[in-house]
Amino acid sequence: MHTSEVLTAKEPGTGQHPYRLQLILLMISSSMIFAAYTSAYIVRRDEGNWLEFALPVALAINSAIILVSSGTMQWAYMAARRNSIKQVRIALILTFILGLAFLVGQWNVWGDLVASRIFFGGTDANPSGSFVYVLMGVHAFHLVTGLIFLWVVLRKSLRYEVHSKQMLSIGNATIYWHFLGGLWLYLYLFLLLNH
Amino acid sequence: MAANIPTNAQAQGGIGVSVPHTEHEDHLHNDEHHEQSFISKYVFSTDHKVIAKQFLITGIFWAILGGTLSSLFRLQLGWPEATLEWLTPVLGKWVEAGKLNPEFYLALVTMHGTIMVFFVLTAGLSGTFSNFLIPLQIGARDMASGFMNMLSYWFFFISSVIMFSSLFIETGPAAAGWTIYPPLSALPQAIPGSGAGMTLWLVSMALFIVSQLLGGVNYITTIINLRTRGMSMSKLPLTIWSFFLTAVLGLLAFPVLFSAALLLIFDRSFGTSFFLSDIYIAGQALPNTGGSPILFQHLFWFLGHPEVYIVIMPAMGMVSEIMATNARKPIFGYRAMIGSLLGISLLSFVVWAHHMFVTGMNPFLGSVFMFLTLIIAVPSAVKTFNWLATLWRGNIRFTTAMLFSIGFVSLFVSGGLTGIVLGNAALDIQVHNTYFVVAHFHLVMGSSAFFGLFAGVYHWFPKMFGRMMDEKLGYIHFWLTFLGVYLVFLPMHYVGIAGFPRRYYSWTGFDTFSQFADLNKFISVAAILAFFAQFIFIFNFFYSIFRGRRATENPWQSNTLEWTTPVVPGHGNWPGAIPAVYRWPYDYSKPGAETDFIPQNVPFSQTQSSNMPYEREMAD
Ligand code: HEM
Ligand SMILES: [Cu+2]
Repeated sequence: MHTSEVLTAKEPGTGQHPYRLQLILLMISSSMIFAAYTSAYIVRRDEGNWLEFALPVALAINSAIILVSSGTMQWAYMAARRNSIKQVRIALILTFILGLAFLVGQWNVWGDLVASRIFFGGTDANPSGSFVYVLMGVHAFHLVTGLIFLWVVLRKSLRYEVHSKQMLSIGNATIYWHFLGGLWLYLYLFLLLNH
Repeated sequence: MAANIPTNAQAQGGIGVSVPHTEHEDHLHNDEHHEQSFISKYVFSTDHKVIAKQFLITGIFWAILGGTLSSLFRLQLGWPEATLEWLTPVLGKWVEAGKLNPEFYLALVTMHGTIMVFFVLTAGLSGTFSNFLIPLQIGARDMASGFMNMLSYWFFFISSVIMFSSLFIETGPAAAGWTIYPPLSALPQAIPGSGAGMTLWLVSMALFIVSQLLGGVNYITTIINLRTRGMSMSKLPLTIWSFFLTAVLGLLAFPVLFSAALLLIFDRSFGTSFFLSDIYIAGQALPNTGGSPILFQHLFWFLGHPEVYIVIMPAMGMVSEIMATNARKPIFGYRAMIGSLLGISLLSFVVWAHHMFVTGMNPFLGSVFMFLTLIIAVPSAVKTFNWLATLWRGNIRFTTAMLFSIGFVSLFVSGGLTGIVLGNAALDIQVHNTYFVVAHFHLVMGSSAFFGLFAGVYHWFPKMFGRMMDEKLGYIHFWLTFLGVYLVFLPMHYVGIAGFPRRYYSWTGFDTFSQFADLNKFISVAAILAFFAQFIFIFNFFYSIFRGRRATENPWQSNTLEWTTPVVPGHGNWPGAIPAVYRWPYDYSKPGAETDFIPQNVPFSQTQSSNMPYEREMAD
């Protein structure tokens, strides 16, 4: 290697760990799914024959839950930076439980929708309702992957592998969790404004 | 996750252990000659070079199948009255009383398109060369995540198995065209292929998309993070730029196809009505209301148009590289080449509705899309101009790869010109869904991308297998193929302008079209001959793997880093340290230089005689 040679070009790399970059790319990719659905929603709505209905109130509660879970996730991250291993675990467990609660809440919203005769499919279904199910369902699927990720990080932290010198996994989990929360808030707001 | 694979964790600088390559890691793998089992070496390999070959061989398999299907439907089109009884041993019940089943004809067209666009020219082309060349040309030990890379291949493999198996089911494979427009694709009552065949198609494509995303994420990360010392973005070979942007397009476009496929699945199996409305079929009214089939087209073409550039851009990159090497000249307009790739990538997302001019869209909207579409001609022309200028007064070496590269440019121009015709809404309304469109995209995409693929295989074969392919057979293959595709696709423009519709099983019932009987026969003969010519390549390929002339390390006297590796690079690519990079990859025939090429890893201090003034400063 010619170490004596002066290299004019900058050193390669972004300074980001490859896993971090991969996560960001996958999040961009997922966003495209929702961009597609929300634009399809608008295109379809503007064609008429669109059933109007009020969104279940429980959605607001679920949104609050996921907002709080972003807070606990951030708490876990900051605790890891301070090396408070115990707090990391508590915060991660809290986030996990809140995530589960969100999923259960979403499931119940589906129940509410069915109760008010807004169906996913079948003769009585209108795309306006089906879209709500699809948006919630595809988001819930992403949230499940987020829960799996949380689980992995939690196990790491139980083995003392999450602390100020090993921030990669919890850092990635935090980014992903905020992404999922932000995504949901976007969807909720979108549905509120466009139904 | 990847760090858990024992054989790799130590060997690869970037496999998730750490980003910078340290000296320590650089030396590890040469001694790594401990035996790997056959399975971990050739089957579930995480080595990018093996994965590349897996993609290539699978792609070849699919290409033969896709070609066979097209020969079958060309038989029908060329000799509509002939009996096809002799095909019964192969096609079984799809030949009825000596006639091809009309619905099976549509299945053949559909599967031909699907296979060629996705399995051959996307997975086979990008999968092979992005995998093979990215680490080798940027100076990396392997991909950022060998494990994800392996998954990418195996998702493709499973997707292939499912698509293949759909050929053998009772109701036949999907038959709604490669664009799977509903309602035809949504209703099994409409055509048998929209039953189980379509379900398998959708499942297979979903897995295919996963494979593409895993691969693409890896290509981008590798290019951004694992370049060797000195390899700035402005010193990257154009191949890498094209693979990079291809992966970006895939990452943004494929999820949208996934979204559309998911909604279609819901419509087919869960009773939703995203794309279905007011349909009467066989006198029966369907319950679905409120859906919009046009919505599907928007979603599909939002992927579909970038997809055609996903197919062509890797070929563009490889052709640029091969042309510079074999013209012994720097590529003309390196930065313009990158700029035009960027321009094409951006524009490819805002032109999709040019496939939908006849859907009754607002004419004003149509004009906007027409305007944007025609702008794509500008970066395309920049590229063409630069390729021609690279050839101009070059010291051309007519290797087989070079011939295919020149052929690429020819086909790209011929097909691109008709794109400008189609891009005009007023003209497109006349020729939409005719053979004119078929001719357009087979020249500009199908044949061009295939030529890029061939050029790439002939050029990088020595690095893949340590042997050379036979040049004479290569020439014969080139000329037969080159003449073949023109003989097939030029007449198609003519019948297309006359209004001859695509995807029609039988045209003999229309008086206007019966005058084209001879021309159709001619096209069919040319197509089948061109198809058979491909077996020269297949023979050459497999024969040369075992018996070809032995290659040297740098048989084409090329500048890029892959040629600084051993004849057949081992695990980790470079036995010693990874070379550092000092210059761009196109120092061919530099005035004052001792040789007519200066590889990227040669420092300026060793080339005093040829340094430019500003390079002299860098040398000391
Ligand atoms: C100057 C640049 C180009 C323009 C203006 C252009 C324009 C068009 C238009 C307007 C259509 C729709 C025709 C119709 O269905 O009525 C079309 C079809 C198509 N083009 Fe191009 N094109 C260009 C270059 C390309 C390139 C570079 C590729 C691929 C590498 C490509 C691939 C295709 C394909 C695959 C279709 C047909 C899809 C189908 O209906 O099955 N085009 N093109
Ligand atoms: Cu297009």
